[in-house]
Amino acid sequence: MNPLLKALTLKSPGDMARLGVILALFGLILFGALRYENFLSQYNILSFLRYNSMFALIALGMAFVIMTGGIDLSVGGTAAMASVVAALLSPYHWAAGLFGGIAAGLAVGALNGFTVTVMRIQPFIATLATMLAAYGTGLLLAGNQSVSVSYDSGFTAIGQDDFLGFPIPAWIALLVYVAGWLVLERLPVGRHVLAIGDGEATAALMGLKVRRTLAAVYIGSGALAGLAGVILASQFGAGQPTEGVGWELFAIASVVVGGTLLTGGSGSVGATLAGALLLAMVFNILNFENGLGWISLSAYWQSVIRGGFLLIVVVLQARLMSRRTGEERV
Amino acid sequence: MLLSMQGICKSFNGIPALRAASLEVGEAEVMALVGQNGAGKSTLIKILTGAYRRDEGAVAFAGEDVSFSMPAESQARGIATIYQEINLAPQRSVAENIYLSREPRRFGLIDRSAMRERAAAVLRTFNLEIDVDQPVAGFSAATRQMVAIARAVTQKARLVIMDEPTSSLDEREVAILFDTIRTLKRGGVSVVFIGHRLDELYRICDKVTIMRDGKTVATAAMADMPKLALVRHMLGKELAAFEAIAKDADEGERRPVRLSVENAGAGVRVRNVSLTVREGEISGLAGLLGSGRTETANLIFGADRLQRGEIRFDGEVRSYRQPADAIADGIGLVAEDRKVDGIIPDMSIRENMTLALLPKLARAGIVDRARQDEIVARYVTALGIKCTSPDQPIKELSGGNQQKVLLGRWLCTDPKLLIVDEPTRGIDIGAKSEILRLLRRLADEGLGVLMISSELEELLAAADRVTVLSDGTSVAVLPRRELSEAALFAAMAHQVE
Ligand SMILES: Nc1ncnc2c1ncn2[C@@H]1O[C@H](COP(=O)(O)OP(=O)(O)O)[C@@H](O)[C@H]1O
Ligand SMILES: [Mg+2]
Repeated sequence: MNPLLKALTLKSPGDMARLGVILALFGLILFGALRYENFLSQYNILSFLRYNSMFALIALGMAFVIMTGGIDLSVGGTAAMASVVAALLSPYHWAAGLFGGIAAGLAVGALNGFTVTVMRIQPFIATLATMLAAYGTGLLLAGNQSVSVSYDSGFTAIGQDDFLGFPIPAWIALLVYVAGWLVLERLPVGRHVLAIGDGEATAALMGLKVRRTLAAVYIGSGALAGLAGVILASQFGAGQPTEGVGWELFAIASVVVGGTLLTGGSGSVGATLAGALLLAMVFNILNFENGLGWISLSAYWQSVIRGGFLLIVVVLQARLMSRRTGEERV
Repeated sequence: MLLSMQGICKSFNGIPALRAASLEVGEAEVMALVGQNGAGKSTLIKILTGAYRRDEGAVAFAGEDVSFSMPAESQARGIATIYQEINLAPQRSVAENIYLSREPRRFGLIDRSAMRERAAAVLRTFNLEIDVDQPVAGFSAATRQMVAIARAVTQKARLVIMDEPTSSLDEREVAILFDTIRTLKRGGVSVVFIGHRLDELYRICDKVTIMRDGKTVATAAMADMPKLALVRHMLGKELAAFEAIAKDADEGERRPVRLSVENAGAGVRVRNVSLTVREGEISGLAGLLGSGRTETANLIFGADRLQRGEIRFDGEVRSYRQPADAIADGIGLVAEDRKVDGIIPDMSIRENMTLALLPKLARAGIVDRARQDEIVARYVTALGIKCTSPDQPIKELSGGNQQKVLLGRWLCTDPKLLIVDEPTRGIDIGAKSEILRLLRRLADEGLGVLMISSELEELLAAADRVTVLSDGTSVAVLPRRELSEAALFAAMAHQVE
């Protein structure tokens, strides 16, 4: 084996894919920096981080769910509902908004965990149902319109202010990712998540507490979606019951681009972050491209281009991985 | 008494797998648990560990009544288990697999270097020098088995259960395993050892519990259980009343030889097998579990490559690279496990039956439905398949009728030789004799049949000749006139002498 690769401890074919996404991210940054004048401006970098932290948080929760071999379609609806809850609670105290929003997400996650582990409903179905329920609850609570947050309690600082020159949402995401990395790589429960994704029946026979671990993963995903909803409300000054549509797809795409197989059993926190940033970066670059005035891309075209880009990355990954194993496919 | 299981009953979908099974294991005792394939050994173990829930019966462990609801609980109480289907997380590393759920920790975090070092140290005592950071999926079955053993023995358990741990191990590895078992025993640990190579059992076990058809039929000290008696208990001697449908002795010996296998071998499972199948006869292949019967069938069928010896078909030396070659010559194989290798449950009888024939039925890529219907109708009638219509999904049929559809699948290809592996397993007794009669009728029409069976009564009733395998070697050929229960028992027990 090439000593450089060995030094990078590329052990599994997934590692190759993960290396690929990080290289692609740097490639895009380089491309943007060379092509657009203000790409590396402080303003662009900070607003990029401020806005995309929400998606990064959701992607992390999704990554853990997918590592167990499951899926969580409810994150977008959960975030929307949590943003409403946070907005409604924000007049009392900024912390009420923050923790209320997280608790709302946690509740949805707990419901997912219950239906998946106790009722034994397929995650796809279970979370599809909670997605609809969460959107409905959000709309009910908000009375079918967006709910303005309180500007007096300090709640808006969560999404809008900086700390040490860095947006607070980015700090939150960074902390959560560090914690996520610790959990996955250094805590038993993280290894159990991967073992369960490798084979649930086997994991149970090995003496792992499968149900408890699965439930925890769905609860975590719900809580992170709740946190993203809090940031959403705080950043845009309103609880948004109709936001969040398609967020679950963005999260799933980030996870897949980050080299995590939908079949479960492997995955990386760092590469998930890289995947989320990569997809967000494509968006950012398309905006700049529009700004150049050469072409004008409608939102629809942007979607098409992002989809095409996603396809290319996933195909490249599949090829990278199959070269290493000679068989495995995404 | 460390473990006592009494009157354990368990049914799967209404079909009893255990009916009043029992198992008692003393302190520091190595207990052999033996029985034919399907006797219920693995099910009994899974009930003990909490992987399955029992329907009836009582379990006491270390003096307390217990009822584990998941393996994590039995593991916490000191029962370590190596399941038959080696249970490891394939993508996780060797070290993780050994310590999963018991990870060494420091400051709450997994102490990865300690885990790695300990894993490597344990495996070194097994003479295994491997990179413990690699995923287990990349290692051989034997290595994975050793990793599973390492996982079990590092659990500091009071009872270690090993379900057929030696099936993928070579002699050197078996010796290492046995040393490990002796060490466990010296440390006061009890072991339940499930195995089917009798000589191994006599080497390592103190006592033996024998199961048959979901029941415990005998328990004794190993020294008090002669090999012949053990085999007799395993196979049972209540002969079902099959009518004898074999040919008269001698008549068959004059027929032309369809298949002859001489000194065939491949790998470790088939060492030296010779057998013949004549035109128009049912040739039986007997042997205990693990004696290499199915593997021999795979060799003949081209599913495995012949490494030694010779196979002749209609007098010509043949070397099939793949089943398609054997099929082209007119050989069919009805595999042992219908559910795994045979039927496609949701497909109709029509589709299941003509699967092997589809390429021939197609005209310009489109299946000739009229011919398909005609063929299916013919065999549904000829084989007496009970169904509402050929479009009925095969999963709705009884086991016997499913088996007939599979027979039909091969018969419609006009085979010259049909290999049937345990053709009546999981079929009720009435349907059993019907299948046997069917095979006889096909033989009378000129087909050569090689019938693998664990049921002695079946061989006694239907076979014109029986070749007995033991440890991958054909140890006896019993022509019809020498065929008796006693002769079969004696030949099968050969491996232990
Ligand atoms: N999960 C299951 N579902 C349905 N039937 C099963 C299951 N496990 C075992 N059986 C049935 O129970 C019987 C005993 O099987 P098993 O315990 O595996 O036998 P052994 O280990 O002695 O070979 C068999 O007839 C088998 O088909
Ligand atoms: Mg078994």
